[in-house]
Amino acid sequence: MTGESGFFCGVDIGASASKLVLIDRSGDAAARVVRHSGVDYAETAELCFAEALETAGATREQVHGVVSTGYGRDNVSFADVRRTEIHCHGVGCYHQIPRAMAIIDIGGQDNKIIHLDARGRRQSFKMNRKCAAGTGAFIEEIALRLGLDVGALDALAQTTADAVKLSSFCTVFAKTEILAHLRQGRPVEGIIRGAFQSVIARVVEMDTLDGEVVLTGGVVAHNPTIRDILSERIGRDVTVPPFPQFTGALGAAVLALRDAAATETKDA
Amino acid sequence: MRKNARDDPAARLGLDAGAAFGVSWTFQLDAAKGDTVPEEKKSLIKKIRSTGAMKKLMADYFNELKEAQDTGSAKIAWCTSVGPAELLRSFGFQVYFPENHGALLGASRIAAELIPAANAIGYSPDICSYLTSDVGAYLRKKTPLTPAFGLDGAPKADLLVYNTNQCRDVQDWLAFYQREWKVPLAGIDSPRNLGEITKNQVESLASQHKALIPLLEEVSGRRFDIDRLREVMESSYRCTQLWKTVLKLAEHKPSPLTFFDGTIHMGPAVVLRGDPRAEAYYKLLISELEERIAEGHSAVEDESLRFYWEGMPVWGKLRDHAETFAGHKACVVASTYCNSWIFEPLGSKDPFEGMALAYSELFIVRSEEYKEEYLARMVESYGIDGFIYHDAKTCPNNSNNRYGLPERIQETLGVPHVVINGDLNDLRMYSEEQARTQFEALVEQLHERGELR
Repeated sequence: MTGESGFFCGVDIGASASKLVLIDRSGDAAARVVRHSGVDYAETAELCFAEALETAGATREQVHGVVSTGYGRDNVSFADVRRTEIHCHGVGCYHQIPRAMAIIDIGGQDNKIIHLDARGRRQSFKMNRKCAAGTGAFIEEIALRLGLDVGALDALAQTTADAVKLSSFCTVFAKTEILAHLRQGRPVEGIIRGAFQSVIARVVEMDTLDGEVVLTGGVVAHNPTIRDILSERIGRDVTVPPFPQFTGALGAAVLALRDAAATETKDA
Repeated sequence: MRKNARDDPAARLGLDAGAAFGVSWTFQLDAAKGDTVPEEKKSLIKKIRSTGAMKKLMADYFNELKEAQDTGSAKIAWCTSVGPAELLRSFGFQVYFPENHGALLGASRIAAELIPAANAIGYSPDICSYLTSDVGAYLRKKTPLTPAFGLDGAPKADLLVYNTNQCRDVQDWLAFYQREWKVPLAGIDSPRNLGEITKNQVESLASQHKALIPLLEEVSGRRFDIDRLREVMESSYRCTQLWKTVLKLAEHKPSPLTFFDGTIHMGPAVVLRGDPRAEAYYKLLISELEERIAEGHSAVEDESLRFYWEGMPVWGKLRDHAETFAGHKACVVASTYCNSWIFEPLGSKDPFEGMALAYSELFIVRSEEYKEEYLARMVESYGIDGFIYHDAKTCPNNSNNRYGLPERIQETLGVPHVVINGDLNDLRMYSEEQARTQFEALVEQLHERGELR
């Protein structure tokens, strides 16, 4: 070990995006990188790592632990340990918000609800069923149907409070429903807001949400309106940590730091 | 390298990987052609020596069915897996269990190519995938029974008998063959959602069993013989007691067997209960498992977590699941599924009441309150750390997560769970990554709980 210096790395290879966070020994982020996961997860992980090292002005030798997570966690050749994204999101949230909470993570292709107690111990978790409804993939499909860039949706959704209700559970049927709304001349902004409401409806029906609710993931990072809609739906404020898309990667980096600290204690 | 199939009858029968109800079916087509198969990644699954004897017994069973079909030496009755097999056997029927074939189609991973054939003639993809894959196998004339035992399909029935204790789909399943073959269809209509089973219910069910006798006499050409029925019942009862002993050995920490072993070794308890050969097999298996315990060997190396599997197996993923859990030093020690072939009332004095009670006492037929109490008993006796609930898309009656049971168990007993979405046979309903992540997350949660306790 190199004494007090050094970095710890968390890599979250998600279905849509790959995120990497480097933290220092005090747990503060030294670099954050996000890239499309693409088709070669191993290469994407390497590219993220190289970019993060450059940003932090660090060398590989200065990184004393790497934990990978996400669907592509097994493809990260430089990882020491692999953990599920469920675990890493819990650790990442608790690192920033050290109290009991219900975490909602809306990712590219899945959703999770994770309950932590006041000590950060996971009490239970649920994942969405094998269906893209209520995930980032749903929003991408809607953008495609409307002929819009997915990055343009949030600004449009913010311009109206009059959402067009989408009733269908199924992404494919929802797209057909949108066709009918467009035929009837309903405004695109309202349809987008309705799509966001649909995402939140699918999520909140997964589990009960007691206490503080924390929202993470790429969908809220790119569409802050989602937080307002969730807040309206549950009738109370919703916490979004800084850099919500990086929560899983941050949790992985914190686990790398903990593992290193445990090893040092053992060796001392 | 694995043995060439020509040298190894087990390999020729596809009996070396994957399994269902006692017969393994991941057909190594290359091996069947005589080619060599590359060496596989080292398995974490510990082999049970007695498996060879079980394979032989199961092969004998299918060969006897074939002989009955080819020579007419015995009438063949199809019986749903928790139907009145003892009564049929007492009339000398060779008893064939269609769910067994359904499981084989699932384990051999050909169900997904057969199901569409059933869908095309009007059987929905949302109903039992045992039914749709079996009907698809019939329509496409494709079955693992052909390369294994030379049967050109499931053996043709002279009689079809069901019990709706599991679901209504079994009745509709057999009704398909009734229309195809113009053979009699009869059965038992069981009440469901039972709490305490009343005398009236038992009497009604016993009467339905008795009412089958004239038809069985007519098709078999034999008179009903109560002494023969008692004899079969006694053997079936002894078999069930031995099977219970096998499963109870998993109470030992560490366990000498896993749920996945159970799904393989339950074969004789399913298809040969009432036949003394099944009893002999379980005595052999018990002796091996007791030896494992005595020598300090376990099914999973360094077992550190113990799980309960609730719901159907995902037949096409048995090996993957077994490897995944073993890789995390977790043993799935018990299941409702394997327990469902323990029929203690078969030892009753009155054989008809015994069958009536045995086949209505099953978990699947019972109320939510009963199920909750039952699972609490399992937690206690097996030392369960967590539950895996399989929500099988096409098997609502065997998916016990759908009415809040996992949440109630977690609240009352503090035992965490995951629900995996999948199916018994239709792997199009199953997401490998989601299931794996959920298994691993539960393992992490339990380890974290242990570390922070």
